[in-house]
Amino acid sequence: MSLVTEIDYGTPKAKADKTVALTIDGRAVVVPEGTSIMRAAMEMGTQIPKLCATDMVDAFGSCRLCLVEIEGRAGTPASCTTPVAPGMVVRTQTDRLKTIRKGVMELYISDHPLDCLTCSANGDCELQDMAGAVGLRDVRYGYDGEKRANPGKDESNPYFTYDPSKCIVCSRCVRACEEVQGTFALTIAGRGFGSVVSPGMQESFLGSECVSCGACVQACPTATLNEKSVIEIGTPEHSVVTTCAYCGVGCSFKAEMRGDELVRMVPYKDGKANRGHSCVKGRFAWGYATHKERVLKPMIRTKVSDPWREVSWDEALAHAASEFKRIQATYGKGSVGGITSSRCTNEETFLVQKLIRAGFGNNNVDTCARVCHSPTGYGLATTFGTSAGTQDFDSVEHSDVVMIIGANPTDGHPVFASRLKKRLRQGAKLIVVDPRRTDIVRSAHVEAAHHLPLQPGTNVAVLTALAHVVVTEGLVDETFVRERCEWDAFQDWAEFVSLPQNSPEAVALVSGVPAQTIRDAARLYAVGGNGAIYYGLGVTEHSQGSTTVMAIANLAMATGNIGRPGVGVNPLRGQNNVQGACDMGSFPHELSGYRHISGDATRELFESLWNVTLEKEPGLRIPNMLDAAVEGSFKGIYIQGEDILQSDPDTHHVAAGLAAMECVVVQDLFLNETANYAHVFLPGSTFLEKDGTFTNAERRIQRVRKVMEPKNGYADWQITVLLAKALGFDMHYDHPSQIMDEIAQLTPTFTGVSYAKLDELGSVQWPCNDKMPFGTPVMHMDGFVRGKGKFVVTEYIATDERTGPRFPLLLTTGRILSQYNVGAQTRRTENSVWHAEDRLEIHPHDAEQRGVRDGDWVKLQSRAGETSLRALITDRVAPGVVYTTFHHPDTQANVITTDFTDWATNCPEYKVTAVQIAVSNGPSRWQEDYNEFARQSRRIAPAEAAE
Amino acid sequence: MSSPEKLVYMANQIGKFFVTQGRATDRDQSKAVAAIAEHIRKFWEPRMRNAIFAHLEAGGVGLDPAVRAAIERLKAEVAPA
Repeated sequence: MSLVTEIDYGTPKAKADKTVALTIDGRAVVVPEGTSIMRAAMEMGTQIPKLCATDMVDAFGSCRLCLVEIEGRAGTPASCTTPVAPGMVVRTQTDRLKTIRKGVMELYISDHPLDCLTCSANGDCELQDMAGAVGLRDVRYGYDGEKRANPGKDESNPYFTYDPSKCIVCSRCVRACEEVQGTFALTIAGRGFGSVVSPGMQESFLGSECVSCGACVQACPTATLNEKSVIEIGTPEHSVVTTCAYCGVGCSFKAEMRGDELVRMVPYKDGKANRGHSCVKGRFAWGYATHKERVLKPMIRTKVSDPWREVSWDEALAHAASEFKRIQATYGKGSVGGITSSRCTNEETFLVQKLIRAGFGNNNVDTCARVCHSPTGYGLATTFGTSAGTQDFDSVEHSDVVMIIGANPTDGHPVFASRLKKRLRQGAKLIVVDPRRTDIVRSAHVEAAHHLPLQPGTNVAVLTALAHVVVTEGLVDETFVRERCEWDAFQDWAEFVSLPQNSPEAVALVSGVPAQTIRDAARLYAVGGNGAIYYGLGVTEHSQGSTTVMAIANLAMATGNIGRPGVGVNPLRGQNNVQGACDMGSFPHELSGYRHISGDATRELFESLWNVTLEKEPGLRIPNMLDAAVEGSFKGIYIQGEDILQSDPDTHHVAAGLAAMECVVVQDLFLNETANYAHVFLPGSTFLEKDGTFTNAERRIQRVRKVMEPKNGYADWQITVLLAKALGFDMHYDHPSQIMDEIAQLTPTFTGVSYAKLDELGSVQWPCNDKMPFGTPVMHMDGFVRGKGKFVVTEYIATDERTGPRFPLLLTTGRILSQYNVGAQTRRTENSVWHAEDRLEIHPHDAEQRGVRDGDWVKLQSRAGETSLRALITDRVAPGVVYTTFHHPDTQANVITTDFTDWATNCPEYKVTAVQIAVSNGPSRWQEDYNEFARQSRRIAPAEAAE
Repeated sequence: MSSPEKLVYMANQIGKFFVTQGRATDRDQSKAVAAIAEHIRKFWEPRMRNAIFAHLEAGGVGLDPAVRAAIERLKAEVAPA
């Protein structure tokens, strides 16, 4: 193995269809119009020396190293900023150019420290490379000249250092921050020789607006910005392309290794989801894989009050299997079940549901998508015919109007947000529907045309009001609707949305959004060109979550914004493999490919391959399992890679359900909160330690590749196979590629998927089958999957979770950039410097009324429970609304959330909880008791001395 | 399996959606009843269905009219598992 090296073409690829023919160094070359001479030369294999150019950012033309000569033109223009022209004749290597370049390098080197042998970028430094490329052998100005301004090395960022003494002021970092990330945190301060890269107003990196995405580090050609891991370990010697295990964007990375030690993660430019960019989590937050709290040995115990006892894999698996068998023999076949993980691979998820359906003999399998995007499944299946987003991420480059509903992409899906912001800087318009003034509403060079700060719980009313404007003002794309949709259903819907109670003026009273803002937003979306909708859990996690998804689909169909690049309906998936977990048949009512379990033909297909008889009735969903546990008919569960105690709503109820079970098997990296109630712990493997695939939010199936052996002994898919075998259901695979082959054999949308194809193409988007052998970037191009699109009436029904005298505020929850989900991974990294605790955001007015000052401890109470956390006073939230994250078990934000759920899917209503807050003096009694319980539960008995 | 109150609440939530479907000025109750029954058949585990059937037999307190009709219809179609 060796390092996967990607060619740096110097400037971005031109996207013109028209081509230009020219001659470079005597060779004919044809490239798209708009291509730089530098890129054209590189495409034919000639690397023109360069320092300030890199193909992730636009040409800048400052280093004067990439000069060329062009016949008929005076001087020596920079090849990075000079576009090709028809018939142009270019020379890249002449005596004149050689002399100039050598002179330029002399100037660079004259003020650069010459500590190359001990420099952390030794061997990975473009300045060093260019000195070699131009044949620099001496510096006429000597080496003892004045050095650049050096305000001192900045080591404040936990992951990289900034050493101004190594800086050549090429501005690549500044441009990467602007063009790639879109944060504009960096600038060049000072003038002339005193110029220096400055985070913010010459602040430290940590103290500035920097979001630590690492684009600047990747862009830096020297050791000025360098990963601390490289400084500590040294440069990597081989790399493997794999897929990030954090959010649903699904960034491709090169895992750069030295031996079996991970040195750094570098975004892969060929990655079609991220196009060479990343966020702070994917690039830097992988230290959890070797965190001291990771558990590597299987453990069992009789009671949750006992300390854990380390045992062999054989003993742990035999114990788990025997307990599941005992429970089924005692309480019935349906008394056990399992939960698949959206953090695990498609193959692992498929195997867990297979084990439950074929090994346990019931359909009590569910996935964490239950608590996030299950309404997407129901809503989009009902209206369009399939449960997935319609576009690829590239589509946003063609959007003219983007509507974001209940999503916070700069925090939750930061790499997509960077691509979106780039499009907005190019002139696309933005509409944000969100109770909070999230960063995307107004940030550097981005400002929403319309922000609809609705009251939590009124999504359906507002979306229906948008539709009211579209219909009553004659903005419907009738040609599209007549051709592509059920006309009768459209007429019913149009009649409904036109009713006076759905007018913006009526809806303004319940939503708090001014009628004129609703009207303006509707008009912009309907007639502003290509209109795209991106939405998140602020849509789904409501009692009308499924209705909201259908209201979104209605709006897109009515305006003809479906079936081509630049438009569409796009759920931003929370975890890395939410889409895949859903695709793989993790829901209790359906097999892979979203086919209902009651379908005889589908079931028979699986039965014949698995050689079992499958139960034809749907199984229990997660909340149903917990209800059944409390009531005594559900006694055992196998949970792979999820932490339902922290992530699911109404913590007291989840705890009661888990406590009522006789066998809880948790497979995870750490003793998570759910494991406090477990009887068997099976240590899991990280994404670095296994092969498989993840499917991201754009239906893109991408390879996860093993870069080191599992530290726990087995990849997660192997553990499921071993557990199934212990249960008496043998399923044998030598490699996850065989599992994918089985998935392809059983799933119509996956029939064309194989590891060979993924290795060849890099990735494919399902459907990938005989009809679409290379996958499907944009769905519903020629017609909806269900045939005709179906409009659905979306009557607003207010949630029963209401404010009142006891609980006058509405709590909504979400996540933050640096942390991920329950924080099990990110809390065990340096990311905690940005978010060490959950905070309660409260409007100044509400804070003043309650005597709350910024940083005060406050008691947060709902009818479900109470906890305490510190307050953050901000007008990002509206009066009457408070907000917090759920990343920290010390807070347990879900002890507050209630058991209200979406009517169609039982997805919890996380986004609306009536609460009251009051100043407190620290953690609540319950928090203290829980922490003590958790400490006791995590005890591991000392190993017995060998005889 | 799940307290009757919770199942009644869930069933009524389903009902509230389906009774609003169709033409706003001429809603077809029989279609709503069929859709509610179908939704419960497709997504509720048999224990949950049996529990709501038992609640119906015990008087069906709290069930909205269309939901009650749907559960009666489902009960007639599906033998308790």
